[in-house]
Amino acid sequence: MRHVSTLFFLKQTISDYIYTPFSANTLFFLSPFHYHIINYSSIYFHWNRSTMVDTVTITTLDVEETELRLGLPGAGDKKRGFEETVDLKLNLSSKDAPSDQTHFQRENVTDDAKTSSAKPPAKAQVVGWPPVRSFRKNVMARSAAEESAFVKVSMDGAPYLRKVDLKMYKTYQELSDALGKMFSSFTIGKCDTQGMLDFMNESKLMDLLNSSDYVPTYEDKDGDWMLVGDVPWEMFVGSCKRLRIMKGTEAKGLG
Amino acid sequence: MCLFQFQSVMNYFPEEVLEHVFDFLTSHRDRNTVSLVCKSWYSVERFSREKVFIGNCYAVNPERLIARFPRLRSLTLKGKPHFADFNLVPDGWGGHVYPWIEAMAKSGINLEELKLKRMVVSDESLELLAKSFPNFKSLVLVSCEGFTTVGLAAIASNCRFLRELDLQENEVDDLKGKWLSCFPESCTSLVSLNFACLKGEVNVVALERLVARCPNLRSLRLNHTVPLEVLQKILVRAPQLSDLGTGSFTHDPDSETFIKLKNAMKNCHSIRSLSGFLDVNGRCLPAIYPICISLTSLNLSYAPGIFSNELIKLICHCKKIERLWILDTIGDKGLGVVANTCKELQELRVFPSDLYGVGNTAVTEEGLVAISAGCPKLNSILYFCQQMTNAALITVAKNCPNFIRFRLCTLDPIVPDAVTNQPLDEGFGAIVQSCKRLTRLSVSGLLTDQVFLYIGMYAEQLEMLSIAFAGDSDKGMLYVLNGCKKLKKLEIRDSPFGNMALLSDMGKYETMRSLWMSSCEVTLGGCKTLAEKMPWLNVEIINEHEAGEGEGEASCDDRHRVEKMYLYRTLVGPRKDAPDFVWTL
Repeated sequence: MRHVSTLFFLKQTISDYIYTPFSANTLFFLSPFHYHIINYSSIYFHWNRSTMVDTVTITTLDVEETELRLGLPGAGDKKRGFEETVDLKLNLSSKDAPSDQTHFQRENVTDDAKTSSAKPPAKAQVVGWPPVRSFRKNVMARSAAEESAFVKVSMDGAPYLRKVDLKMYKTYQELSDALGKMFSSFTIGKCDTQGMLDFMNESKLMDLLNSSDYVPTYEDKDGDWMLVGDVPWEMFVGSCKRLRIMKGTEAKGLG
Repeated sequence: MCLFQFQSVMNYFPEEVLEHVFDFLTSHRDRNTVSLVCKSWYSVERFSREKVFIGNCYAVNPERLIARFPRLRSLTLKGKPHFADFNLVPDGWGGHVYPWIEAMAKSGINLEELKLKRMVVSDESLELLAKSFPNFKSLVLVSCEGFTTVGLAAIASNCRFLRELDLQENEVDDLKGKWLSCFPESCTSLVSLNFACLKGEVNVVALERLVARCPNLRSLRLNHTVPLEVLQKILVRAPQLSDLGTGSFTHDPDSETFIKLKNAMKNCHSIRSLSGFLDVNGRCLPAIYPICISLTSLNLSYAPGIFSNELIKLICHCKKIERLWILDTIGDKGLGVVANTCKELQELRVFPSDLYGVGNTAVTEEGLVAISAGCPKLNSILYFCQQMTNAALITVAKNCPNFIRFRLCTLDPIVPDAVTNQPLDEGFGAIVQSCKRLTRLSVSGLLTDQVFLYIGMYAEQLEMLSIAFAGDSDKGMLYVLNGCKKLKKLEIRDSPFGNMALLSDMGKYETMRSLWMSSCEVTLGGCKTLAEKMPWLNVEIINEHEAGEGEGEASCDDRHRVEKMYLYRTLVGPRKDAPDFVWTL
């Protein structure tokens, strides 16, 4: 499915938020309004800066469409979403686009790294053109731009470590899914697509973090342990040396 | 001695002498020719021929092959039409090798070599092959499908004297079997092993041991799962290699493993051909600089991760390159460097790196012109490019009159001259006029009937022509059919050629191997007419629609355009293994 989506950013709000795509699948959005949103996937924000609005409409797309992540422009991540529109009654109008807004537009492409073939973008594709053998097409699709980036993944409490190739994934969500599958026997209380936690309930959210749910962290080139998700995906892949999935309780200090 | 006396003397030569003379004829075309001279020569030739080439597996059948050439040792078979490579032929079309292997096994043929292209090869076929021919030595599969690692295991286990197992760009189901471990300890005869197209992991310990016990190993091409550490160990054991395909070529350049690899490479004085780099880190490339100076063949076309500047640095070391396959990531500037450095270059292939039109820069006419100006020995080119101009092609034609193969592919199939917006007729016209030895041509870009007029007029040696989205009317195809006397294979897609052109000279098709026409203006009625009049042709219609949909009157309507037609000359009538969607008229 192809979809042209528009995401409006406000330049200064970029520094106003952080997002952690893994921990309890939670998105923390620090704004003047200080609300937390739990999301399983990425979310559209339509945000009008010039008015002091206090509503925001959060729309997540259906499973089949990819959508823009809330991230730094150029992060280029796309994820699946699910259909829910929630009006938080904060009255943030989404209609107009004043000229001083940062306009972020991208064409969505359904991308499944595992099947190793990217669907083509809007340009019309002729069958069998350019005339290139399927074998070659598959090799090109599979080849990542840089070297494979195998890193060890440890999970607190798990009896053995695993290794993942970060080059196999293009977004944090994909990595999260893969790790989830790898360690599924060890995790407790994960959110799934059906259940979207009541994000308005802050205490419930904190319960989740305090519970045995997990937070992914990584060791970077300098040897420091960082929370996964702060930096754009490519930067993360370039600097991640190993992954450690920490218990939620231990991770609080990193948030 | 006058001619008559000479002729009679020749007739008194014992057959052994004739046979000995024929031994010097290696080309199958020459052998075909001598067999036409007279009955006794035919007879001597057929009993002495050991290598047979069959360009279309449906032109003849296994029984006739065996009957004529009982001493057959080496067979080459080609199956599907060329456009099958580009997904234009549905699965299940045919091209099965099993009947051939079965027939040869039953007849006691002492098969030693089998080379297959675009054929369906099942595991059963491979098993039968492995068990039926005790002297089997060489299996080469190019662009084939239908087999798994189980079949490969059968080959490895049973072919005691196997010298060559060469798998090029096949679709192999990797069942993660330990096929490589199936080579017994007694197998020491391997000369060539190429498993680059396999997707799964192999047992690297078994691989290292195999390499260690095969002192005659000259050619080794690994797949992408073989890491650099293993490559290093292999090179230490096999410094005599002349053809290397690396597996994964990515590692920390500061590591000890990498340093060991560099040293091992330096010791490989015989490597002349290098390929692979299926997974590569550009910073590892300097490891191969020491061998670049002696390389004659380099294939970097599976490595989109190597950036233009890294490629250029590498190329600067490759002064003796004769065959170069790269991606268009090299850019026009990089091609300029090739032109300045690679004075021995004969064959260049520039493949597209951006298959989905995301907007990566490709190469343009500038690169091609630079190459043509700098490389005097260039005779074969495959060039995927963003744009082209007539002026550039005319210059190329002047610079390189020696082209044997000229294949140009514009990424937009009907793009006009980038400067003048005219069709590219004049450019290709210049090519065919200048290159008198041209045997293979692929055209693309905006083209009218005019280009075919030129081709018909000048391309006297042309044997294979590929046409896509070109021409205005039947005249275009007529020019080609009337003009190119040596034409063997004609393949056309999405061009406005119809019955008039198809039926104008039906006898022509008996002089050709095959004709493919898809998405043209040819109708069912036209094909039927052709099939009726020409019993030595199989005219096959490929109809991909569901049974029931469009059947009945609509599909039998002679005025209906035919979506895909493939016709070929044959000695054995309609084939019996045609699937439902193939209709032989």
